Amino acid sequence: MQRHVARLATTLALGLALTGTAFADPVDDSLSIETDDGVLEIVTTTAAPAHLSDVMDTIYSGWHFREDETRALQRDDFDNPGMVYVDRALDSWNKAQGAKGESCAGCHEGPESMKGLRAVTPRVDATTGALMTVENYVNECVTDRMGLEAWGMTGDKMKDMLALISMQSRGEVVNIAIDGAAAPFWEAGKEIYYTRFGQLEMSCANCHEDNQGRYIRADHLSQGQVNGFPVYRLKDAGILTAQQRFVGCVRDTRAETFKPDSAEFKALELYVASRGNGLSVEGVSVRH
Amino acid sequence: MTRQFWLATAAMLCITSPVASETAPSAVTYVDGAIDVSLTGSPGDAAAGKKVMTTASLGNCVACHQIGTIPEADFQGDIAPPLDGVADRYSEAELRGLVANAKMTFEDSFMPAFYKTEGFTRPGAAYSGKAPTEDLPPILTAQQIEDVVAYLITMTE
Ligand code: HEC
Ligand code: HEC
Repeated sequence: MQRHVARLATTLALGLALTGTAFADPVDDSLSIETDDGVLEIVTTTAAPAHLSDVMDTIYSGWHFREDETRALQRDDFDNPGMVYVDRALDSWNKAQGAKGESCAGCHEGPESMKGLRAVTPRVDATTGALMTVENYVNECVTDRMGLEAWGMTGDKMKDMLALISMQSRGEVVNIAIDGAAAPFWEAGKEIYYTRFGQLEMSCANCHEDNQGRYIRADHLSQGQVNGFPVYRLKDAGILTAQQRFVGCVRDTRAETFKPDSAEFKALELYVASRGNGLSVEGVSVRH
Repeated sequence: MTRQFWLATAAMLCITSPVASETAPSAVTYVDGAIDVSLTGSPGDAAAGKKVMTTASLGNCVACHQIGTIPEADFQGDIAPPLDGVADRYSEAELRGLVANAKMTFEDSFMPAFYKTEGFTRPGAAYSGKAPTEDLPPILTAQQIEDVVAYLITMTE
């Protein structure tokens, strides 16, 4: 634990050294979270991964683009409204809810057995070759091992569980594989990221790469990173998955959106997540 | 025939068949990005144009542009050049072209084309997120484009 924190601190310092003061727009701040197990340092600014080196030097968590009060809510788990959902998922984790009374805990013991998963998903599963999000893994257990109907991809049960599982990787560095079996999915996601959709003819890159740091009406445009997902959104008073956010962004271009868990959005999530390689998983973050 | 007669006839035509005198989005001719003639055949209404420019579901120009002459629209964006003094920089025809389809002036512009109905990737029915079930209307009508142009040409410095 001690060494883990030390490594994060070094990464953080390196990130700040590389950015210097050149980019004034994202708020210059750093995130330490008060947790039940002490203070956890979160990497919210770091050098861009190599695959982005021709478009940007530095990557920032969306946390840097939010107001002081919103950022403050994430500094202490006691204040973070998203923790309610994590608690709710812990009950679900322990509950005998399978067709034959199976529970998550029965197979996996504590939720800490999920440590590390969120930092490397979406990923191509080594045994099946399928592209898997955390939600896909959860549903595999729900259907195949517990004999239940699949949980809705954006339903409360699923989002609560995603929050609990993400929390187990909080503070770990996002490290999405983009080569090997992941390469075709990564390419497909990249293609979508740069496609100008809808009647407004806007791509993800138009807003989150070309215009990051600028204001589109009252909205301060972040880099559209997904390391903080699921996020608690003050506006919705609920938690939101990355693909739900994609739905909103694509809809706002006057486009026909893709559905959560579609092949397109899964590939896009893998690609967008890889743009955050080097940032920390934030567990449940808070946005406005 | 008298001038009054012609004006009266023109007015009647406008009322009975507004579409007939309008240039459809697909029929617009751009010359170096500019559109020479009014899309409705008559001048727009600047006050109505101002409303279009600040209404989120319509022009929403303030989402991206600062417009000093409309201080009552709060949270103006800083994506695009401020529009103040724009009538000193562009002719009426150029402004009409910019509002109808800025990509005819600035290649690959981030500015949406407000008078265009074809050539999109996965267009949706307005902000519903769903595929359209009818022909896609332009974001702004010919009248609204002319109203916006009427406001823009007042923006001298
Ligand atoms: C018209 C502009 C626009 C386009 C196009 C757009 N977004 Fe966004 N996006 C926003 C705004 C505004 C927000 C809220 C402020 C912020 O976090 O940047 C946002 C937020 C996000 C967030 C949440 C970030 C956080 O930390 O909470 C993600 C992720 C995201 N966008 C991804 C995408 C992806 C992927 C696409 C393309 C499929 C896309 N966006 C297209 C405007 C846009
Ligand atoms: C989503 C962003 C966006 C919206 C909305 C938008 N514009 Fe623009 N506009 C731009 C950008 C960006 C430019 C600069 C040209 C370029 O680089 O493509 C521009 C350029 C212009 C120009 C030329 C300004 C100059 O000084 O060169 C005019 C005039 C203009 N816009 C008018 C409007 C009007 C009127 C509306 C609303 C009906 C509007 N814009 C809505 C992004 C936008």
